[in-house]
Amino acid sequence: MHEIPRAGTAIPIPSAAAAAHPPGEEKVSMRGVDFYYGDNRALKDITVPLYARRVTAFIGPSGCGKSTLLRVLNRIYDLYPNQRAEGEVLLDGENILSSKQDLNLLRARIGMVFQKPTPFPMSIYENIAFGVRLYERLSKRDLDTRVEQALRRAALWDEVKDKLSDNGLSLSGGQQQRLCIARTVAVKPEVILLDEPCSALDPISTAKIEELIDELTDDYTIAIVTHNMQQAARVSAYTAFMYLGEMVEFDTTSKIFTTPKDRRTQDYVTGRFG
Amino acid sequence: MYKLYARRRVRNTVLMMLSVAATVVGLGWLVLVLGALLWNGFSSLSLQVFTEMTPPPGSAGGLLNPIVGSLMITVLAVAIGTPIGILAGTYMAEYGQYAKLTMIVRFINDILLSAPSIVVGLFVYEVMVRPMGHFSGLSGAVALAVIVVPVVVRTTEDMLVLVPKELREAATALGVPRSHVIAHVSYRAARAGIITGVLLAVARISGETAPLLFTALNNQFFTLDMNAPMSSLPAVIFQFAMSPYQDWQALAWAGALIITFAVLALSITARSLASGKAE
Repeated sequence: MHEIPRAGTAIPIPSAAAAAHPPGEEKVSMRGVDFYYGDNRALKDITVPLYARRVTAFIGPSGCGKSTLLRVLNRIYDLYPNQRAEGEVLLDGENILSSKQDLNLLRARIGMVFQKPTPFPMSIYENIAFGVRLYERLSKRDLDTRVEQALRRAALWDEVKDKLSDNGLSLSGGQQQRLCIARTVAVKPEVILLDEPCSALDPISTAKIEELIDELTDDYTIAIVTHNMQQAARVSAYTAFMYLGEMVEFDTTSKIFTTPKDRRTQDYVTGRFG
Repeated sequence: MYKLYARRRVRNTVLMMLSVAATVVGLGWLVLVLGALLWNGFSSLSLQVFTEMTPPPGSAGGLLNPIVGSLMITVLAVAIGTPIGILAGTYMAEYGQYAKLTMIVRFINDILLSAPSIVVGLFVYEVMVRPMGHFSGLSGAVALAVIVVPVVVRTTEDMLVLVPKELREAATALGVPRSHVIAHVSYRAARAGIITGVLLAVARISGETAPLLFTALNNQFFTLDMNAPMSSLPAVIFQFAMSPYQDWQALAWAGALIITFAVLALSITARSLASGKAE
């Protein structure tokens, strides 16, 4: 019932907003952002850009604020009292930290994939259709197509096409994570935040997801937090090194890994600490 | 060192024997109670019990009116208590996790959970039976609903709190509004547990006698009118078991057996639901 015969594995999902941005332009700009968990200042005066249709990697030792930084970008921290951000985060020139920002619309534009795979307790098909249905009224056929496209993009289609009605929790860890990526891609966000998406996965699943990230850059602006320096070097165009809540250095990935300006960056990327 | 180890082993053996003995004593009483119930209950059970009305002393009859009465009162009590309980539990786990109100409600709810049911009966007598001027099945259902609410509140909150926050974050990060996250993600993840809570509440109220004595009272005759006094199994068991008539006592045993099996069936359903959580 979901057969839409198509050759090739990846069907590009054109995103209007992404197309409006020539690659290399600033899609998101953080300007002087501070973040507090209660009284604890976790981010200190962070200024960093995310360039359109580029991958920006965030590296640094545990607790340096990488994940916190991502959580500011889609304001997921708003779920918890006692957590607040100050400063400016511009998305296409508009400050998303403003109290007038509609959070649901913001999160539909800035998708996020978490460290632990989090399939919803529903079928594989529903896991993807769930988010889509909220913002678009699609016919059954169009929805089927959308689900297939998203699964193909996440390189999961061939593995699940015969069991779309199975529970999402029945998949393996790597498949679950790709399902989560498919789910995020399906709502056509403009920016995708990846918070250590491969830390719970085996090398084969990791390779698949890295390939996927590579393909996604055609349409999306991506920020990835990773503990794996090789991964940062492999997938990103830009790298930001953070330490103790500060942005130590931001530059192209090749510069960060070959000729870093800051001593701490050099020590970290060469494995001397962290 | 060896001596120390030997002492520990002895202590272990003694403690284990004490635990086993305690278990045997505890279970022993249960077996005796069940044995007496099964023996007396089955010998009084017949088709008549389910088809005929409660008889006057000395003639044949059954338990049709209390069975129907119990069913109606229980269903209505659950229909009133469950939505209130689930909504309150949802507030506490989803909207007001950090609110002071939640702590207060949780504290009061725990008191209500352990409140003697006779107090609940007296309360409903004061606020419903007296103003209405007569006993009724409806007030019986309200009294039982008051007992249902804290059980459902507690299990709903507990089960929703167990839903990983990552799941809520993931749904929220898709741009899903909170009400949708609760209805489609949290409830789905906690469904088995919440249903189990409702079933346990049903099991809890199906044996309650005290609140019904002050509210639904009892009725010799068959009625479907919730505004009239209504017969119920616990009330009839109470009345018949205390009577000097042998045929009434036999019917009381049969009624007790029926309630026990109903509760047993509910518990088994609840347990299998809870263990077979992932569909």
